[in-house]
Amino acid sequence: MVKMPDLVLKGKAIKLGDNISTDDIIPGRFAHLRSNLPELARHVLEDAVPGFASRVKLSDFLVAGKNFGLGSSREHAPVVIKMSGVGAILAKSAARIFFRNAINQGLPVLLCDTDKIGDGDELEINLTGGMIANLTSGITLNCSKMPPIMSAILEEGGLIPYIQKHKGFVIIS
Amino acid sequence: MGKTLAEKILSLKSHGEAKAGDVVIADVDLAFVQDTTGPLTIRQFKESGFEALAKPQQTIIFLDHAAPSPAQQLSNDHILLRCFAGETGCRIYEVGEGICHQLIAEQFANPGDVILGSDSHTVTAGALGAFATGMGSSDIAVALALGKTWFRVPESFLIELKGVFLRGVYAKDLILYLIGQIGADGANYKALEFGGEALAQMTMPQRLTIANMAVEAGAKVGLFPGDEITRDFLMEHGRGDNYKPLYPDAEANYEQVILVNLDQLEPMLSLPHAVDNVRPVTRVKGVKIQQAFIGTCTNGRLEDLAVAAEILKGKKRHPGTRLLIAPASRQVLIRAIEKGYIQILIEAGAAILPPGCAACLGLHQGVLGDGEVCLSTANRNFKGRMGNPEAMVYLASPATAAASAIKGEITDPRDLM
Ligand code: SF4
Repeated sequence: MVKMPDLVLKGKAIKLGDNISTDDIIPGRFAHLRSNLPELARHVLEDAVPGFASRVKLSDFLVAGKNFGLGSSREHAPVVIKMSGVGAILAKSAARIFFRNAINQGLPVLLCDTDKIGDGDELEINLTGGMIANLTSGITLNCSKMPPIMSAILEEGGLIPYIQKHKGFVIIS
Repeated sequence: MGKTLAEKILSLKSHGEAKAGDVVIADVDLAFVQDTTGPLTIRQFKESGFEALAKPQQTIIFLDHAAPSPAQQLSNDHILLRCFAGETGCRIYEVGEGICHQLIAEQFANPGDVILGSDSHTVTAGALGAFATGMGSSDIAVALALGKTWFRVPESFLIELKGVFLRGVYAKDLILYLIGQIGADGANYKALEFGGEALAQMTMPQRLTIANMAVEAGAKVGLFPGDEITRDFLMEHGRGDNYKPLYPDAEANYEQVILVNLDQLEPMLSLPHAVDNVRPVTRVKGVKIQQAFIGTCTNGRLEDLAVAAEILKGKKRHPGTRLLIAPASRQVLIRAIEKGYIQILIEAGAAILPPGCAACLGLHQGVLGDGEVCLSTANRNFKGRMGNPEAMVYLASPATAAASAIKGEITDPRDLM
């Protein structure tokens, strides 16, 4: 079985607060750009973190507080985050629809105690084990487990490749 | 063990025994997209190599968010959606028909159905006892092709309602109060199930307002039982045959029980920039507003326009406050014209917008200016929601919005009744 290409991800933390909404990630006023994803991606998080799109580096991690991604079902939100180069999202909790959308896009979302991570900390994430090593502070964090069906979707790189492979949903107990 | 409403519906639709915490594959009775999430869904559907819809007659496209379109890119998105409807034979609701969630309630949802929409307020149909929830484009694309999806069966909170609303207090005040209590993530991944003796008096429009905002507490669904009020609503809307009673078992297991006495509630407001930032109107009175907006899938129904018309009859909006009104559907608009509400509202100085989402999501028909304050009957007030991160949005009932439009500042509707 082909596993995810990046079982271990390395990058720097970009810290965000609690309750980052889908309107923060990609405001409704840019709805006319939704069929032009590269253009839309230039506005990712611009109201919440001025200059974010130019600041973010490939494989950086978004490290948020609670309820990341609350609000709308627009899958454009995880799409533009992924397009901006973010390797994974770490949060204390994530809103339901956003969480599912991110995994469906093959963008890992790990739930853990993000208070133990500072802005700019170097992190190494082991996706298979659900462990985060904070290389800056030396602390190791455990992430809560997602349902096996979601891990399987993430391992295939998203829902569409998963469905193409399995031709449907497979329950793993 | 007895079952909650969520467990009952998902057991039926997964052809097995579904308990909270289980992951099940369930049949989808109805799936829909709207015009800001539909184009991505269609592109994913096509890129995946899917060609046919599992259930064309139970697949619906709504042109409601940018309706009529304010920008060429959105007009082109509409063309894409219309072409897809032509190719696949699914249903399409054109500009001016109304908001997806209102049309689903008027024409489609039944107790026990599983309904998916690529819109977070799909939960609205929970008022009719449908397990209705919002998902993103990938999940909807797959559901359109397979007629199935997967769910983790949610744990349920029972919201037990007693008493009756006092004058000037409405379903909107109840749900704002509840979200203030539960918090914006307090019911994350859970089902809110409404019960208690107050339901016998609670109309379908009130239930729709409440179920609509379940997602603002993080919930996956906001479910009402299928009772006599559901049956009467279905009969009025020509689908009485689709009624089946739906109640939770007496020994159902709830993660939490929250008791609310309706006669202890007062008019409530949600303050910028979070829906759970809730206070009684009496504590926020006097804040100047430049715009009042009555409409949306939360509060754009006939009963909402009736309340607004009652308060605005023979009065005028404050000269410093614009009053925007968008009926939730064509049917709502026609009935509001027949009943004389529209005339009253126009005479009071309102601008009537076409049935649809209108100013709610900040892309047209009432975008706010820098530093402006809007009192809206919608369900969200996140920063930037109404098109400008420098503006402030307060959420309240249609009565509070109408009273505030007259005074030009946040006003307790009971002062004008
Ligand atoms: S009225 Fe507002 S909340 Fe409702 S579907 Fe339209 S944009 Fe979404």
